[in-house]
Amino acid sequence: MDLTINGVTQRVEVEPDTPLLWVLRDTLGMTGTKYGCGAAQCGACTVLVDGQAIRSCVTPVENVANAAIHTIEAVEADPVGRKVVAAWVEQQVPQCGYCQSGQVLTATALLKQTPNPTDGDIAAAMVNLCRCGTYEAIATAVRKAAGA
Amino acid sequence: MTDTEHSPALATPLRRPFNLSRRGFLGGALGALVLGVTLPGGPLRAQGAAAAVTPGTRVRAFLDIRPDGTVLFRSPFIEGGQGIFTAMAQIVGEELDSDPARFQVEGAPPGPDYGLIGGMRFTGGSMSVRMSYETMRKLGASARAMLLQAAAARLTVPVATLTTEPGRVVHAASGRTLTYGDLASAAAALPVPRDPPLKAPADFRWIGKPVPRIDVRDKATGRARYTIDLTVDGMLHAAVQHAPRLGMEPGLMANEAEVRRMPGVHSVHTLPGAVAVVASSWWRARRAVESLSVSWMEAKPGTARTMPADFSSDGHRARLMAASGDGVAYESDGDVAAGLRGAARVVEATYDAPHLAHGQLEPPSALARWNANGTLELWCPNQAPEMFQTAAASVAGIAPDKVILHSPMLGGFFGRHFLYETANPFPQAIRLSKAVGRPIKVIWSREEEFLRDALRPMGVARFRAGLDAHGLPVALNAVAVGEGATGRWYGRQPNAVDSSAVEGIAGKPYAIPNRRVGQIHIDDPAIIGFWRSVGHSMNDFFYETFFDEMADAGGQDPYELRRRLLANSPRHRILLEAVADLAGGWRRGPYTHADGSRRARGVAMASPFGSEVATMAELSLRDRTVQVHHLWVAVDPGSVVNPAIVAAQIRSAAALGLSATLVEGVVYSAGAPQARNFDAYPVLPPDRMARVHVRIVESGAKMGGIGEPGLPGVPPAVVNALASLTGQRVRSLPLSRAGFV
Ligand code: FES
Ligand code: FES
Repeated sequence: MDLTINGVTQRVEVEPDTPLLWVLRDTLGMTGTKYGCGAAQCGACTVLVDGQAIRSCVTPVENVANAAIHTIEAVEADPVGRKVVAAWVEQQVPQCGYCQSGQVLTATALLKQTPNPTDGDIAAAMVNLCRCGTYEAIATAVRKAAGA
Repeated sequence: MTDTEHSPALATPLRRPFNLSRRGFLGGALGALVLGVTLPGGPLRAQGAAAAVTPGTRVRAFLDIRPDGTVLFRSPFIEGGQGIFTAMAQIVGEELDSDPARFQVEGAPPGPDYGLIGGMRFTGGSMSVRMSYETMRKLGASARAMLLQAAAARLTVPVATLTTEPGRVVHAASGRTLTYGDLASAAAALPVPRDPPLKAPADFRWIGKPVPRIDVRDKATGRARYTIDLTVDGMLHAAVQHAPRLGMEPGLMANEAEVRRMPGVHSVHTLPGAVAVVASSWWRARRAVESLSVSWMEAKPGTARTMPADFSSDGHRARLMAASGDGVAYESDGDVAAGLRGAARVVEATYDAPHLAHGQLEPPSALARWNANGTLELWCPNQAPEMFQTAAASVAGIAPDKVILHSPMLGGFFGRHFLYETANPFPQAIRLSKAVGRPIKVIWSREEEFLRDALRPMGVARFRAGLDAHGLPVALNAVAVGEGATGRWYGRQPNAVDSSAVEGIAGKPYAIPNRRVGQIHIDDPAIIGFWRSVGHSMNDFFYETFFDEMADAGGQDPYELRRRLLANSPRHRILLEAVADLAGGWRRGPYTHADGSRRARGVAMASPFGSEVATMAELSLRDRTVQVHHLWVAVDPGSVVNPAIVAAQIRSAAALGLSATLVEGVVYSAGAPQARNFDAYPVLPPDRMARVHVRIVESGAKMGGIGEPGLPGVPPAVVNALASLTGQRVRSLPLSRAGFV
């Protein structure tokens, strides 16, 4: 099966129902995308598929064979992603950092679709869990990135 | 960080009237810790005892200055979000005169150099900075002195004519400079000076400043690597299925042959209390291991720590509630019996709090590799490298010095990664790697983690207070029922109270003349462990909400009553007034907010881990949903190294405290946890987060902890606010099981 990840097409030999998360992490060695729950509960595994933030732990790889997949490894190749990362650094968002790949990509997807989100838009989009409780810093950073 | 205030100037004559919690932990727990830790397979040897090394003094064990002037620092403490790597870079960099931004920090390997907590080492108890601050300053100063010596020799000038600027030595008279990178190898060959002079705090360039964290960019771009991300050549992946109840052992695997033929499967194994599949990817391993139909055999009679088949949370709570008597005394003053007899009115209440899961977002994992030279290399999340090294050696059947232990960054911990019998995956990785003859990485699925996490104990507290004719408390009898985590893992003396079971009920600063705090020990059938702020995580809730019950019964305002009972304790009184000031003044409510909502406030004090904290909460109800709008936290840790990290830790701890207040609780029935993922064990989602406002008060008292102290005040402040709003006293957490959402 061919996958297009961060603009590069690669061939992978996996069972077609393997979650995209494990293809990224184990088959391709791209470990920036995290496993938190495996059940669409936390958002640590968020990647972009055709610009949409999706939870790769419950996404069979066969469903994304013809899609453009973007992962945290290439987030700064995207101008919006670059702004988001800059805001994350400026606001000093991460604590343990484990949820933050997913948070940054979720914010990137939001700002690509809605460049000037309202607080309600931010609350509706930024639903990933953070056990370190960085929620306020995340919301502030999204607002900063939108204004940047 | 606009909501952070920082007022370093405040200085007051201080006394700590009867805060025993910290002394209890250091005196009791650490004493036991140094004596030895009991695990299956025999007692572990105390670490560091044999070594003739003074911890924290050998510069070369800690620092490598590279030719480009960047500094590699091996941290005695593990980073898991609390900002300790940055704090270490600030402290050492300050005296070394090297910008913390030029530091690369990693977890130090096991060794006697790093035993900075009474000769031992662990990352916990909010101890890292306060226990190592002086030593790490001296270490940086020693390294700087060595660089100066090396420069004096190189330039053939007296050392006294040299000074430093960040990253270089300057000879002002000649205008010559040498970079640290140029001098590093010559300096490393010099003896380490004994007592190098330290900077005057007024000259600090980085300590006390909100220096940016050194790891945020890597963490915002997916480059930070946790144990779960690591691979080595030739590695295979393993997944496990644990026995449904602890103590059971695997018997027949009816479909083993079939599972062996599943895609990518290398082999099927039985382990103590578990079965495992090794495969070419973790997903394949997981799918296969979960397909195994295993006959689990009941534990042999007499097996330690088996989970009873009839264990339930409700049953255990009822057992704790039913315990009678006043227990073993931990703290007493005056004559509580006489005080109660003479009281005009007696108030009584019983409180409880559930088991809690850590829910750190990185599931546990471990990577083991046996090397050709007979050493075992192990990567695993851990808060105590020497203890893990010794335990790994015992599993592997080799000497501890043959275990090369790596301690990667932690994807959250909150107490999860201590050495807990049955709750760490590294023994499985060691055994599987040996069986297979290849490196193995074991990952526990989230479901297996919920089955084997070491839980915050369940606790109950009974209070009886006597009020005088004016409604003021004159006697307070408190009894904590349950088991403490410290006693479980570091040895409990019969008839002595484990301080972790009573901290937060004991050690309170209020002037109540007749007081007694006792404890009734009842074994907790669950595997229990340390959970952020340990006993304080529930005991301050019990005490501070009961305090409001006393106030109400006596017709007193809860804030004013606290102020009054802290009249002779200026550090606490100032802090209480500081939080009220931060909140724009105390008002209990209910009152109508500008947005039309009916709101009320609650207040609570806590004295955890050597710091002092005052917390206020403001909330409203929408239908039965509790909306906590604001949390105001004033914290006095004595003095701080990085106010931005302190504020971030207070917010983080407040979020966890809010989570425990609103939604969290592990429920067992028939010996099994009912929740195996975040769908059934909710944790605080973003839309339930409150705005947290932090004021740091540096009283100048002895430095206290920071990672945990923000938590304990939150549950009582919220529940007190809810009582103000509704008139309903909730005495059992979480609120989601008390008729609220
Ligand atoms: S790992 Fe995918 S949502 Fe949690
Ligand atoms: S930063 Fe630790 S889980 Fe979000």
